[in-house]
Amino acid sequence: MQFGLSESQQILKDTAHKFFAGESPVAAVRKAMETETAYDAALWTKLAEQGFTGIIAPEEFGGMGLGKVELILLMEEAGYALLPGPFFSTVALAGTVIDACGSPEQKKKYLERIAAGQARATVALVESAGSWDTQGLKISSAGNKLTGTKLFVTDAAVADFIVVVARDGVFVADAKAPGLHIEPMKGMDLARKIYSVEFKDTPAEALGNPRGLAGALNVATAGLCAEMTGGMQRTLELTVAYAKTRKQFGKPIGIFQAVQHLCADMYLETESSRSATYYAAWALEENTPDAAASVSVAKMYASDAARNVGNRGIQVHGGMGFTWENDIHLYYRRAKASETMLGDATFHRERIARRIIDEASSGNKKERPRQAALASR
Amino acid sequence: MDLNLSPDEIKFRDELRTWLSAHAPTDWDERREESMESRFEYLKRWQRKLYEGGWAGISWPKEYGGRGASLMEQVIFWQEMALAQAPPLANVLGLGIIGPTIIAFGTEAQKKRHLAKILSAEEIWCQGFSEPDAGSDLANVRCEARLDGDHYVVNGQKVWNSYGWAAHWCELVVRTDPNVPKHKGLTVLLVDMKTPGVEVRPLRQMTGETEFNELFFHDVRIPVTNVVGKVNEGWGVAMGTLMHERGTFGAGLQITYRRNMERLIDLAKTTERNGRPASEDPVIRQKLAQCYAEIEIMRCNQMRAFSRINATGVPGPEGSIQKIFWSELNQRFQQVAQEVMGPYGQLEAGDDHAIDNGMWAYGYLRSRGNTIEAGTSEIQRNIIGHFVLGLPKSY
Repeated sequence: MQFGLSESQQILKDTAHKFFAGESPVAAVRKAMETETAYDAALWTKLAEQGFTGIIAPEEFGGMGLGKVELILLMEEAGYALLPGPFFSTVALAGTVIDACGSPEQKKKYLERIAAGQARATVALVESAGSWDTQGLKISSAGNKLTGTKLFVTDAAVADFIVVVARDGVFVADAKAPGLHIEPMKGMDLARKIYSVEFKDTPAEALGNPRGLAGALNVATAGLCAEMTGGMQRTLELTVAYAKTRKQFGKPIGIFQAVQHLCADMYLETESSRSATYYAAWALEENTPDAAASVSVAKMYASDAARNVGNRGIQVHGGMGFTWENDIHLYYRRAKASETMLGDATFHRERIARRIIDEASSGNKKERPRQAALASR
Repeated sequence: MDLNLSPDEIKFRDELRTWLSAHAPTDWDERREESMESRFEYLKRWQRKLYEGGWAGISWPKEYGGRGASLMEQVIFWQEMALAQAPPLANVLGLGIIGPTIIAFGTEAQKKRHLAKILSAEEIWCQGFSEPDAGSDLANVRCEARLDGDHYVVNGQKVWNSYGWAAHWCELVVRTDPNVPKHKGLTVLLVDMKTPGVEVRPLRQMTGETEFNELFFHDVRIPVTNVVGKVNEGWGVAMGTLMHERGTFGAGLQITYRRNMERLIDLAKTTERNGRPASEDPVIRQKLAQCYAEIEIMRCNQMRAFSRINATGVPGPEGSIQKIFWSELNQRFQQVAQEVMGPYGQLEAGDDHAIDNGMWAYGYLRSRGNTIEAGTSEIQRNIIGHFVLGLPKSY
């Protein structure tokens, strides 16, 4: 058993770390977030050159054909850098859905362009109810035409096509299709913009295997957890560095246990998010029986942890942490947006409850519980 | 990343599983009402059986009677023990800490005299570390040993000692030089508990049990041949093997938590809340799911930590979060169990209405000690702050 990364996985992670630090430093993030779409075409070309846009797409469609673990390592580093723009929407979200739901021809048509860096895409799922539960959706197609409104669609304004999850299937609509109208929503995450997308008799192509959707959303969710973990890591590092240099009462504030313990809790939650996320990615790759549950475990935990880590990080920064100038609020904003995206902690706890309470048969009554009291060793 | 067991690990697991299914007693739980002494004799017999089967002290080198088990095999050992619901080991400190200390620092004579009897549970061991003024500040030990010819004369007091009432021997940390910085003047002695001047007083804890003792030493004469390692280098000796098993025991703890979780879910299905099963109450469902997820993450954290040790030989930074994680999780879990059971949760063993013979009332009270024993949560957070995050030391 080896929970750690393989040599090639570690190399990928290190390469991504250096790439994002060099090509998308926080000054560039701030510049991108001031634009309408947070999309930087030059950066996108470089992402494609690295092969990152095709990281998980199969080789026959021009991708690198790597696994879920590799995807989350890349997403973790993207999260660390607060990568602006449609990378998550395109690669982890739309790309995985098309890969799981599309026919070979559809993958050639859509996934190949994503992998090559020629197209950006996103997934439109949530409706006015504000839920990621696909059971309650209202929009359905009538003869491959969509009518209705989707909300909280990430990066829709720069998408070349939009994957639409409807009641009766999964569809792809060209962003320039008739009747499709995109309006910005003023979301908290300045580096990943969100939109409402309205469809009026908009022609759309049904993907061949809509049953693949749940699995694909699980992969995307693991990717999002990894991105959140990267954000937590960066928040932790900024905070520890500040605690070592900021002086009060003639001493660095990091010498005080009240501050140390805030940092220790940030560390505990960051590492625990990472453990849960890595495990979920591995479970998805291996298709273990607990794969879906492990994704909910990771998202449930990371959703709360990302917020908690941000809260503590800003607290340690004191007044500086509350300024626009300090970068920590950029991570804090993304943490809140990511917290609800693909289901918040409450959503995933209920998903876990259905599995462990409603689906599980009652345990063997002979198996009595036992208190393991003694830990003093 | 590959979380599957290797063929060798599967072979080890299957061999142990087969042995346990043939030999592990299943009536340990039924002995809760027996006296502590009678229960302990039972545990000694159980360890003797493990010893005869070659399953005691598996992490020890083969030349000293162990199996030279790898870290992963140790993890598997504790998991299988928990899965089989096997009773605990009587000589748990001897096997996990003191034996390895003697192997690492002891003389040939000490190894010959003690090791086999630790494995067979013929001689039970305890530790004398903490004192009234040396708890979290463990190096502040005052219990003194003065050289008198070829003996040390020991005077002082120890507290929070486990198994002292049953122990034949004690690994005792004493101050041999009061004139140097506190970590530097300590020495480790092997003390025969029958030596004149050793007194054991049980310490009754809030659960009503007497898991712990106070030890008193009045002019106790210990031969210098019982020094482990070098005089005044006892801090290194005591700390060197404190982490010998590096938390592999926790792998069994995780499985016990999981079983308790499953039991609680069953109880939630049969307990009524507002006219329907508690398991249908959305708030209870949220809390159960939270506990389940945290128990899962405890497993993921452990696997990461074990893999790191396996690969590098030293615990990685994630190792330092384990203690906080399991202790605080158990307290939250016990509270959720209390919420599911309502007023029945408070009923202790012996009450006709008690659920699972009072196990949950006991578990709730006992978990209160989890964030104190084996390094308080505050000390654990100091360790992370200083040793992992590199913040300046506060003391």
